[in-house]
Amino acid sequence: MSDYNQQMIEKYRGNFLKEVEANVEEGDWVKMCMQCGVCSGSCPLGPHWEHPPQEIFMMIRANKREDILSSSSMWMCTSCYNCIARCPRGLPITHIMHGLATYAKRLGLAPKEQPTAKFAQLFWDNLTKTGRVNELKLGLSLYFMNGFGEGIKTALKMKDVGLGMLKTKRMTPMEMLGGHKCKDVKGLQAMLKKAEELEEARIGKRG
Amino acid sequence: MSEVIATNQTILVVGGGISGMTAALEAAECGKQVLLVEKNPTVGGRVSQLYKYFPKLCHPKCGLEINLRRMKANRNLRLMTLTEVTAVEGEAGNYSVTLKTSPRYVNDNCTACGACADAVEAEFDDEHNYGLMKRKGAWLPFNQAYPFRYVLDPRIIGTPDADKAKAACKYDAIDLDMQEEETTITVGAIVWATGWRPYDAGKIQPYGYDRFDNVITSVELERMMDPHGPTGGKILRPSDGKEAKDVAFIQCAGSRDKNHLKHCSRICCMASLKQATYLPEQYGEDYKGTIYYIDIRAIDRLDDFYQNIQKDPNIKFVKSKVASITEDKETGNPVLHGVDTEGYHRYSNPHDLVVLAIGMEPSVPADGFPMEVVINEEGFVELDEKNGAFFAAGCSSDALDVNRAVQSGTASALRAIQVVNRVAGAEG
Ligand SMILES: Cc1cc2nc3c(=O)[nH]c(=O)nc-3n(C[C@H](O)[C@H](O)[C@H](O)COP(=O)(O)OP(=O)(O)OC[C@H]3O[C@@H](n4cnc5c(N)ncnc54)[C@H](O)[C@@H]3O)c2cc1C
Ligand code: SF4
Ligand code: SF4
Repeated sequence: MSDYNQQMIEKYRGNFLKEVEANVEEGDWVKMCMQCGVCSGSCPLGPHWEHPPQEIFMMIRANKREDILSSSSMWMCTSCYNCIARCPRGLPITHIMHGLATYAKRLGLAPKEQPTAKFAQLFWDNLTKTGRVNELKLGLSLYFMNGFGEGIKTALKMKDVGLGMLKTKRMTPMEMLGGHKCKDVKGLQAMLKKAEELEEARIGKRG
Repeated sequence: MSEVIATNQTILVVGGGISGMTAALEAAECGKQVLLVEKNPTVGGRVSQLYKYFPKLCHPKCGLEINLRRMKANRNLRLMTLTEVTAVEGEAGNYSVTLKTSPRYVNDNCTACGACADAVEAEFDDEHNYGLMKRKGAWLPFNQAYPFRYVLDPRIIGTPDADKAKAACKYDAIDLDMQEEETTITVGAIVWATGWRPYDAGKIQPYGYDRFDNVITSVELERMMDPHGPTGGKILRPSDGKEAKDVAFIQCAGSRDKNHLKHCSRICCMASLKQATYLPEQYGEDYKGTIYYIDIRAIDRLDDFYQNIQKDPNIKFVKSKVASITEDKETGNPVLHGVDTEGYHRYSNPHDLVVLAIGMEPSVPADGFPMEVVINEEGFVELDEKNGAFFAAGCSSDALDVNRAVQSGTASALRAIQVVNRVAGAEG
């Protein structure tokens, strides 16, 4: 567990709602939930959530810190916005779910084998290297995300899609050698670094 | 029409529902001159469309009967039906009000024999029954209508039906030359009691009121219970006319929702609990009721009523706002989907019939008042000094049950009386 996590536990001892309000995007809204259940019932991925949003909001109030932050639930959110459209209280549920996921990751509590979390990291690493998404590498790393055997199987299954993309020039095997990039990779990376610093400073101030 | 005489000591009451009738009667019985205007052909308002009243489960008919008797007996009270207010100018103690009266095409010779209705062929949606059945182009709005006189629908004027109606009437009561009239009067104070209308259920997209036959509203269920209503007093499924013995009620349909009405409509919890008693009344012990709710708002003395329903083993309470409804094509059953709050269980429950406990929306749109008045974000008229001598009563002021609507009618009458008393004092 990270120092940062320990630091937060001590700071908000016993008041997870306050912690969420201060550290999670749109966390201020959590207390507005009236527990009607419409969000959970409207989510197309609903049955796959360990704790649907309505329950998460109650758990926050009930101080179930570890249970929530280590849960795979909020990683299930696909940003379809059904819940936001229907919540009678206007809670920005989608944003809160992403906020919780981000916070859990920052604290080092996000579930290690959660596919959404893993893919998000792959995507980010892939994109920030050159400023352009390398479809070939991203695709392959996605296939092999769950081990070599799985990867071969998926690659074979997706073969036709891959060939189709090659034919229509949506992908080229040359991408394997570094791949295309944006004009100023250094500049982009400097920018991202600066953003990271600003974010760190902001968290430091808030947290 | 006879000339309307009113002075700045007259109180104008707009809307002849239970709150408007109360306000008008209380003021008139205190000796004040009162003019009551109602846009429909009869007074009575929404309570005349209810089957029973909570909490006593008595029939609204007797309350209405008493009020009508008081009205007939009072010489200070004058009634204009088919009349709306189109403009108001002036200030407290001295308003100039313009009224527009639509023609009834039937004068006071009418004995309500009904010969005109028999003669006319054209039929229209019956407003009193929320369009669940048809009525003739010459009709009596309902069997306790007051004035107890028939009305001709303007849509038959100029057609052979109008002439048939005229020919059928033995009392020379039909006057096809009646015209719309405009009247300007002076009054000292205005009580606004135009009430409410059911929220448009079709706007609650996930519930499919406009797509599924067996999803109805609470106001429609009240009409089904009326022996003279569209189903002859039976709870029947619109899709196949079969008895609905497994009925679901969805609370807060259109209320407490930032996408619809923001306010709690206050009466719909009690209305569904009341309607749950309609099931044993119809089916003895062979019924099932399920109430889907966020929280049940049966306050004060009404809590007893709630507790009694909770004791009924055939009525189930599910703490959950239903997320969506689909339809089982084979059976026509609506299927309710959601997650409950007591355990977070996901459900998909079929029922014979779903009743949406529909919210109450104030009747007059915020921008539709004939003068400038202070209105809150829910569309109800505030009690505010800026409104001068314009006082809201009943559901124009808030979502109220009959008991509170009557109290509010009396309160507004008192406020209006104070204004006209001041005027009288000043004039010596
Ligand atoms: C399903 C359901 C069941 C209910 N059951 C109960 C119950 O069992 N017990 C209970 O206590 N309450 C019940 N209520 C609540 C009850 O209906 C209201 O409290 C009551 O109708 C309020 O009366 P009102 O006079 O304020 O309004 P209304 O009844 O709406 O009367 C308003 C009158 O004003 C007229 N009007 C409208 N606009 C104008 C205009 N511009 N100019 C002139 N006239 C106009 C209308 O035609 C109408 O006659 C129920 C409500 C619902 C939805
Ligand atoms: S829909 Fe909104 S109010 Fe209802 S449980 Fe979800 S977040 Fe809470
Ligand atoms: S009275 Fe009950 S059903 Fe009606 S809006 Fe309020 S809580 Fe919902």
